[in-house]
Amino acid sequence: MSAKKTEYGEDQDLLMKKSDRRTFLKGCSVAAAAASAALTSGCIPSVAAENSEEMKLRWQEFFKKNYRLMTQEEKDATVARLERLAKLRDGLDVQMGSYPPLKGVLYGYGFNITRCEGFMECVAACVKENNLDRKTNTQYIRIFEMEPGKLDPGTGDGQYYHKVPVENKFYMGTQCFHCENAPCTKACPTKATWREPDGIVVVDYDWCIGCRYCQAACPYYGRRFNWGKPEIPRQEINLRQHYLGNRVRPKGKMEKCTFCIQRTRKGRLPACVEACPTGARVFGNLLDPDSEIRYVLKHKKVFRMKEELGTDPKFWYFID
Amino acid sequence: MRTDQKKNLRTFVIDVIRLNLRGGVGIQIFRLILLGIMGFGVYAYSFQARYGLCVTGMNDIVSWGFYISNFTFLVGVAAAAVMLILPAYVFHDPDFHRVVIIGEGVAVGALVMCLSFIVVDLGGPMQAWHLIPGIGIFNFPSSILAWDVVVLNGYLLLNGLVPAYILYNHYMGRPADEKKYRPFVFLSIFWAFSIHMVTAFLYQGLPARPFWNNPLMGPRFLASAFAAGPALITLILAVIHSSTTYKIDRSVFNKLRLIIVISAIINLIMLFSEVFKEFYFPTHHSSSAVYLFFGMDGHNSLVPWIWASVCINLLSTLVLAFNPGKNNPRVLLPACLFLFVAIWMEKGIGLIVPGLIPSPLGEVVDYLPTWVELAVTLGIFSLGVTIVTWLVRAALVIEEEYNGN
Repeated sequence: MSAKKTEYGEDQDLLMKKSDRRTFLKGCSVAAAAASAALTSGCIPSVAAENSEEMKLRWQEFFKKNYRLMTQEEKDATVARLERLAKLRDGLDVQMGSYPPLKGVLYGYGFNITRCEGFMECVAACVKENNLDRKTNTQYIRIFEMEPGKLDPGTGDGQYYHKVPVENKFYMGTQCFHCENAPCTKACPTKATWREPDGIVVVDYDWCIGCRYCQAACPYYGRRFNWGKPEIPRQEINLRQHYLGNRVRPKGKMEKCTFCIQRTRKGRLPACVEACPTGARVFGNLLDPDSEIRYVLKHKKVFRMKEELGTDPKFWYFID
Repeated sequence: MRTDQKKNLRTFVIDVIRLNLRGGVGIQIFRLILLGIMGFGVYAYSFQARYGLCVTGMNDIVSWGFYISNFTFLVGVAAAAVMLILPAYVFHDPDFHRVVIIGEGVAVGALVMCLSFIVVDLGGPMQAWHLIPGIGIFNFPSSILAWDVVVLNGYLLLNGLVPAYILYNHYMGRPADEKKYRPFVFLSIFWAFSIHMVTAFLYQGLPARPFWNNPLMGPRFLASAFAAGPALITLILAVIHSSTTYKIDRSVFNKLRLIIVISAIINLIMLFSEVFKEFYFPTHHSSSAVYLFFGMDGHNSLVPWIWASVCINLLSTLVLAFNPGKNNPRVLLPACLFLFVAIWMEKGIGLIVPGLIPSPLGEVVDYLPTWVELAVTLGIFSLGVTIVTWLVRAALVIEEEYNGN
């Protein structure tokens, strides 16, 4: 419940109270402090910051089911509760969706290593679109500056900070590859992460218990954990959200790239594809023979990362 | 204690609590210290509960740290009780029969610590109920973590209930019916191996981590645990022997030494085999081992740690094997202690942390636990010690009384 308490946005009042309580606790003896701290932080919400409506909503949220077991009515109800909670707590008018996968769609992604010049516009767009934590600088996309002749991002430099493009280097991006045979979904002990029918691997943030086994299981470093409560400046929060996508995550939960589920399920492109200034990123429906991604797969030299693991990613690198 | 007529399950529980609360000044101070450390652990955990796991040294690359390291090691300690159960119940070794209950007490303590480490490592401990079949979803049999939850809790039940049944009967002044508990003893023997193998499979089953994705993981887990666990039990038996009226036969120590030596040697052979594989012809799958033993890209925080562990392990194994003091406890007991510590270093942090470094994308970072992790860990250790002392004290008093009658 402590995770629930500080779920959305920032609440100055709440923060002030916390530090007061903390100074108070320092004065107490260790044992007494320990007991009361555990109680106040773990179970009993501070009375002043709450009202009965918020309590009731949080209570209902705590006992809700795994997203996949919900009927559409239940999905609508939890989305309504989350919208209301965001309003109550932070005064934000969130529009959250729970729209299902489109019929006859399987998403695929292509990355043109000839074209990418390492500008990292995609990273910035992703951070903004997906409400990623600014405090710890969480990023779903990593761009590696590569030496010629190498094709494994592990050998590249993922921390470069200089003017790009650099002569005689090329750039390779990584993110969640949305594997068909995903090791992460197999590892999850509570089925809080799974592959949707349109190929997107998603996390039910409220069902995740935060054990991080999926993170250990991912061979592509595609998953990120909310080590603390995510912090996003209020005016920068993207209000168009999806339950399985970019809604602001609670602390202690796993998150990852969702191919911008909140955009792609409405027929738009992921933010990274839209932001790319060089056109290195290609996204589309693998089941549509006329799609750009199908053209790339058919006419370009494509390869996938760590093919030997048999994870069957839906993310191909290609060369012009 | 009470006369036999007045005894029942309620008085059993009350008497166990009562005899645990009595004791001299020494034991009271000991208990207070343990309580103090536990309180400090809860205090440290309160930070984690409020701010999240960001108060630990873990990050997206080293996503498991000190907690999971200790969890992994303690699974081994818990399973090692089987090294007493097997001779005692299956081969009817009379010496081991007297001490098997202590081994089971240690197993219960170790398992409670294991489960506590898992809980404190969770990002959402309040959502842990999502694991409970029926009200939650249990990803069984796909997730090895789900298997681990089953085997650990099952082993806890077996190791709690069988001794409790025997002790209760002895408390009532009658022999326990072996026909009733024997099937469960056999089950617990298989179960002990299973908690080990399943915990090893937790890591072994991850192709993303070549350092763990290694078929020797499970067997090596067993060997190291059957060295470290009996070493700990030897130390506990020595404490019981010297500080209580419950005397333990020298032959028990000799047999335990044999078990420890054999397991420790097998463990070292397997370690050598792993090191050979990693370094004879290093591939990019060897980078975790390179990081562990020699450091990488200027990051080498584990290098002194692992070499210290290997050296201590080697030395104490040699001492236990060649027995230079001619069974002198002043030589053998420190050797047991050092062997235990060496395996803790290696099977804990030395196994978990390098498995995650370098990251799948080749990034190298160092991991250091924060004070919160250390304090919570110490608190959990104190909880374990408390549980073991409570169980063992109760068991010994009841057994002594029963055998005296």
